[in-house]
Amino acid sequence: MSERARIAALHLAVIALLFAAQFVLPAYHHGIVSRVMVLAVFAIGYNLVFGYAGMLSLGHAMFFAAGMYGAGLPVYHGGWGIGPAFLFGIACGAVLAAGIGLLALRTSGVAFMIVTMMFGQVAYLLALWFGDWTRGEEGLTIAQDLRVVGPLDLTDPTTRYFVALALFSAALLASLALVRSRFGRTLVAIRENEERTRMLGYDTFRTKLAALTVSGALCAAAGAAYALLFGYMGAGFANVPYSILPLLWVLVGGAATVIGPFVGTLAMFYLTDLSNDLLNRNFPDWDISALGIVGLALVLLILFFPKGVMGTVRARWLPWLP
Amino acid sequence: MADALAMDKVDAGYGGVQVLRGFSMDLRAGEVLCLLGRNGAGKTTALKTIMGLVRPTAGTVRLGAVELSALPAHEVPKAGVAYVPQGRRLFAELSVAENVEIGLNARKKGNDVRESVLDLFPILRERWRQRSGTLSGGEQQMLAMARALCLEPSVLLLDEPTEGLMPSMIARIRETVASLKARGVSTILVEQRVDAVLSVADRVAFVENGRNRETVEVSRLRDEPGLVKRYVGVG
Repeated sequence: MSERARIAALHLAVIALLFAAQFVLPAYHHGIVSRVMVLAVFAIGYNLVFGYAGMLSLGHAMFFAAGMYGAGLPVYHGGWGIGPAFLFGIACGAVLAAGIGLLALRTSGVAFMIVTMMFGQVAYLLALWFGDWTRGEEGLTIAQDLRVVGPLDLTDPTTRYFVALALFSAALLASLALVRSRFGRTLVAIRENEERTRMLGYDTFRTKLAALTVSGALCAAAGAAYALLFGYMGAGFANVPYSILPLLWVLVGGAATVIGPFVGTLAMFYLTDLSNDLLNRNFPDWDISALGIVGLALVLLILFFPKGVMGTVRARWLPWLP
Repeated sequence: MADALAMDKVDAGYGGVQVLRGFSMDLRAGEVLCLLGRNGAGKTTALKTIMGLVRPTAGTVRLGAVELSALPAHEVPKAGVAYVPQGRRLFAELSVAENVEIGLNARKKGNDVRESVLDLFPILRERWRQRSGTLSGGEQQMLAMARALCLEPSVLLLDEPTEGLMPSMIARIRETVASLKARGVSTILVEQRVDAVLSVADRVAFVENGRNRETVEVSRLRDEPGLVKRYVGVG
């Protein structure tokens, strides 16, 4: 089997596995996996900028929130249809990312991290400032009758699962195509040595701006889907922890691997969930957070899988893994 | 011969530290010009100034009719200047093939250019799928040169290409510079090894304290070995 066929087969197998899982998963896990698939799209968008282009952003929650509010508010306040609202949400994230990129990409390294975090905080404070529209941290719930597209009722768990799977599949395959294209190779070259890439005649600013815009659009698609599928939007999603989470998911799954963001999101969701469960069942009187167990697991992961799960798999066993 | 590239009274430096002071130099079409000088004399800064990585505060850098000093750094390679920096600076995580591909894509060159470049460095064909960070020092240098030549430059800047290489590789690099000259590529070579200079260069510019003190034909260098000792400290 050629390398190209092997790569295609692996990614299609992941999608097929998720499709089949719908028929066997218990209701509780069914809901979790739907949520993981949507948030994995957020991580895929983040991975493009962090994993492939080597830019550590601490403000990506603003793109997720732009998609969430861009799609959710028109539905909630304006009675928009789901389709146009979803597309508008993506456009909001892309435009915001392009605008932020024009300013933030004048910096690099630690300065880029701080500037993006600063913009992220501005976005969070704006969500609180316009509390009359957003209801701030408390958030808004989109009524069930507004979350219907033709025959599809997005509140139905099965429909929700398939819509989440469709979005995840599209993002995964788009990410695969992107990183294997000339554009993707240029991003890796920038990550490896930006000055050298410029010396070969590449306009690295424009390339990074394009990457940030696509990343913003993907994160916004996740945010828009989250609002429309799960019917909730709140300012908390624009706050710093939601910028750190995709970084964590990508690091756990493997930065600069196409499947890594999904693996990392899934692993972190279940790790947190199982840790909570373990503590509640066995030590109900102990006043400790599940995050302690999560932290310990992360330390072990860094010791034994320093490049994240899929990054280590690639380094040790599957060098062809994109 | 017409000048391929000229630096005229260039001042340049890093922040408040001025390195080049009224630096002037001309590179003739099809020649190999070597910059010789002690460490810190300004040789690498001169190359970086040509490439737009260091902006001149005075003076001009011209490639034919094009004023390179007015272009953004990423436009300089498009004008026809390629740069192989000291220490190779490959994209270590990418394969040999991907490194070459990035060079080709930069100016949308096709397979004919790739084949012509690989003819100069046949060893790269054998290493085609290998991660470039795992190549030997000499092979990395060849890949760095191959990637730069994918731009089909009219002027090539080589910063200490033989640094840290074993003698057989140095000879190979020297042969490559000679065959590029035969193809009509003008080259500026920064070198510490005087023997390497004598065998490939046409002229030598002695750089001292950010100035080009003197440019001489290599034949004169053979007749007056004291010149090298005066500027570089070794004979």
